[in-house]
Amino acid sequence: MNEHIIVRTIIRVLVPFILMFGFYIQFHGEYSPGGGFQAGVIWAAAFIVYSLIHGLEDCMSIIPFGLVRFLASFGVLLYAFVGIVAMLKGGEFLNYSVLTKDAVHGQQLGIMIIELGVGITVFSVVMIIFYIFGMRASS
Amino acid sequence: MMDFIDIASLLNFVMLFFLVLTALAVVHVKNLLISTILLSVFSLLMAAQYLVLAAPDVAITEAAVGAGISTILLLMTLFYVGHEEKKTAGNLFVPILIFTIVGSALIFVTFYMPEFGAEFSPAQMHVAPYYITNSPEQIGIPNVVTSILASYRGFDTMGETVVILTAAIAVMLLLGRFDKKDES
Repeated sequence: MNEHIIVRTIIRVLVPFILMFGFYIQFHGEYSPGGGFQAGVIWAAAFIVYSLIHGLEDCMSIIPFGLVRFLASFGVLLYAFVGIVAMLKGGEFLNYSVLTKDAVHGQQLGIMIIELGVGITVFSVVMIIFYIFGMRASS
Repeated sequence: MMDFIDIASLLNFVMLFFLVLTALAVVHVKNLLISTILLSVFSLLMAAQYLVLAAPDVAITEAAVGAGISTILLLMTLFYVGHEEKKTAGNLFVPILIFTIVGSALIFVTFYMPEFGAEFSPAQMHVAPYYITNSPEQIGIPNVVTSILASYRGFDTMGETVVILTAAIAVMLLLGRFDKKDES
């Protein structure tokens, strides 16, 4: 795709902004629309757009297939881990109020961590599906 | 105020008109590549519609997933199956009959739905008042959607995340190749 100079330039400029917007959607989700699910998809979109101009191999050298496969499970485990910590602290499963001394603060901490878990899982799952389709296309 | 309502209903009318137009075009067009692009346009219009209906969380999801990711996945699928739609085999009478019955039933039921934003509709009377009144002091974050999704309904959201992981596992099992080359 070396000849598409306009596409290449625009994508090169846009990718950092898309990634940054993903972080905004992720960590500002408690104040504005958004959250882990949307952020994960936006991160994945940034890498997919990147791989459109630089090829799948380049993208896989940044985010290897083994890494996304690990991260997909890691996000879910992070989510469940918060629930188990709440149980160890004497509350119910996923009752974030007991995470810290202050109940409201505990809720906010819990929501932030589980949203991060959701974001990581969604990002990795979209990347896994994209990689598998792409690898079949290139083989 | 009157002007605002008129503009909003005009906007709704234009968007719904184009939604129907795009949906019809998706079915009519024989080239699957054009169908996919039209589906992406449909998702974008749908996202705008969700925004007008005051559901920005859903609008972001629709724009990112519907217009972005699913279009790319469909395009990659077209890479394998080709761009031309195959000729439909068999009689179309039964599908059209089912479509007509189900479609008219859905339109008929629409007239019995509560108006958009109706205060005393069942959806607003059940647990929603509890969430809205208690979220500020129990959770302390301004976005009630996030506090319902992540805290009040945290267990459901965990299930959803597991479902997404399951999708990836299914794709890996069906399409992935488990030779040493993939282990990077």
